[in-house]
Amino acid sequence: MNTKHIKRSLEDRIISVLIAIFMIVFITVTLYPVINTLAISFNDGIDAVRGGIYLWPRKFTMKNYTTVLAMQNLVTGAKITVARTVIGTFTALFANALLAYVVSRKRFLFKAQLSFFWVITMYVNGGMIPIFMLYKNLHLTGSFWVYIVPGMIGAWNMLVLRTYMLGLPDSLEESAQLDGAGYLTIFWKIISPLCKPVYATVALFVAVGQWNSWFDAMLYNRMKTEYTTLQYELMKLLSSVMQQSGSADTAKNSTAAITPITIRSAATVVTMLPIICLYPFLQRYFVTGLTIGGVKE
Amino acid sequence: MANTNASAVKKDKKITWKEIKRQKTLLIISFITVVYGFIFCYWPLTGWIMAFQQYKPKNGLLHSKFVGLDKFKFLFGDDVFIKVIRNTFCMGVLNLVTSTIMAILFAILLNEIRHTLTKKVIQTVSYLPHFLSWIIVTGILHDALSSTGIINDLLLRTKIIDQAINFFAHPNFFWPIVAFANCWKETGWNAIIYLAAITAIDPCLYEAASIDGASRLQKIRYITLPGIKPTIMILLIMNIGNVLNAGFEIQYLLGNGLVQSVSQTIDIYVLKWGISQNDYSLGTAAGIFKSAVSIALILVCNWWAKKTGEERLF
Repeated sequence: MNTKHIKRSLEDRIISVLIAIFMIVFITVTLYPVINTLAISFNDGIDAVRGGIYLWPRKFTMKNYTTVLAMQNLVTGAKITVARTVIGTFTALFANALLAYVVSRKRFLFKAQLSFFWVITMYVNGGMIPIFMLYKNLHLTGSFWVYIVPGMIGAWNMLVLRTYMLGLPDSLEESAQLDGAGYLTIFWKIISPLCKPVYATVALFVAVGQWNSWFDAMLYNRMKTEYTTLQYELMKLLSSVMQQSGSADTAKNSTAAITPITIRSAATVVTMLPIICLYPFLQRYFVTGLTIGGVKE
Repeated sequence: MANTNASAVKKDKKITWKEIKRQKTLLIISFITVVYGFIFCYWPLTGWIMAFQQYKPKNGLLHSKFVGLDKFKFLFGDDVFIKVIRNTFCMGVLNLVTSTIMAILFAILLNEIRHTLTKKVIQTVSYLPHFLSWIIVTGILHDALSSTGIINDLLLRTKIIDQAINFFAHPNFFWPIVAFANCWKETGWNAIIYLAAITAIDPCLYEAASIDGASRLQKIRYITLPGIKPTIMILLIMNIGNVLNAGFEIQYLLGNGLVQSVSQTIDIYVLKWGISQNDYSLGTAAGIFKSAVSIALILVCNWWAKKTGEERLF
């Protein structure tokens, strides 16, 4: 109790003020662009060309959103993105967890060799062009499965899962085996329920990666508009805007009610909204995951 | 007890038919993943042969003309490629240094905040940009730095400049913009690990220091920083190995004709030659160069980490 009444030193207070200033600047720089995008997305198109919209729309309209939601390519992209996120996350989680389970069995004959086989893949890969040709030969290019199959096992995620499973007591496995349970039953009934937190972590990492990826859509499915993704469509929208804003006349002469910047802001908001709404609730999962995966203690 | 257990496990590790039969399920799963890994991770390595050939898709890998190191000679004779190496390396190092410093600074300052709720809110906000794709981040940057964007707006209002700057047209601005974007996106995320390391420091040290009359700055300088030094070292070492991998998305999305000489990285070069120009051999050669340098960096760093007594990577 007494410590509270001790007068804090001058240095102490100066530091507090400096920290406060730093954090205010940090939060402003982080949040402002997002809020600004939100404000522009609700603003009237022609009005937005004048600039000067900061935290709140000047001429409120929902029209940008109705336009964006009516754009066929964005709707297709959204469907594909949701599908790849859901399917990709489940398959990757299952495959990585199963492999991690095998590698983490202390009695498994080839656990060292199998770990080594996968760790190598973290450091050596064929590179963009051989991989592109492989997918072409396997007929993965021009299909939905190019988003799912190649990324099913990732060494880093597998190692995070393995580290967690190694921390579980061996006696669980032994007693289940005495009861006659096979390895798959142990995996499914005993290990997996205990691994829920780390499963959530890996699922989150995979899902965010799936949601945000655009390069695979551009590289492998450029011609297949039915397999386009949300981020790739956003990128196309962005580059068209960039070219247009290069020549100032285009913006001035535009007579349409909605100019690209408001549309793009609306599309951006649609793309980032699901993740922004979800991640605050998943914090503890990625914090544990990073601690396990980053530095082995 | 522990010893007998260990020896029992050792005995079991002898490959016997009984043990193989017992571990049948594990072996089948391993086999499937090895086949998968072989196809998707190891098979593409055979494509490296292309770098030593004048590869023609119609001839395939087996019948294309062998040209030895010609492709590599072309690469290193190409001024553009030399610039590309410089760009990749410089941006990688710049990003690594700035993002590490920012993450450590943020973690230490955040740790100094006593109010739990404030701390929690700031930290939650700090993660946000990590979850946005580079597409969105570059879109935001483009808005902020455009002639009517907030940065020009502020600079004009404060009379620092009297004409809007076109940031994306000046080669000098490109690297700092990339470094800034990288910090913006990853500071909060990278700080997670440092915050975890700070939490692991024994609180008794701070109490003892307080009793001895240490000031806040002194506590940061003599307790917090030394406490997280191992973490800083291992992360730096790990990331040095990845320096060349850190240059694709943002450079590809932000680059334009005017800043090409400073924006192109090895991956963009590979994409340009390999996929767009269909010179698979040249693209692969550039890719091999990148892989070789990366692996060399990782091995050196691994050796270095071992020498300094930090934990090895593998």
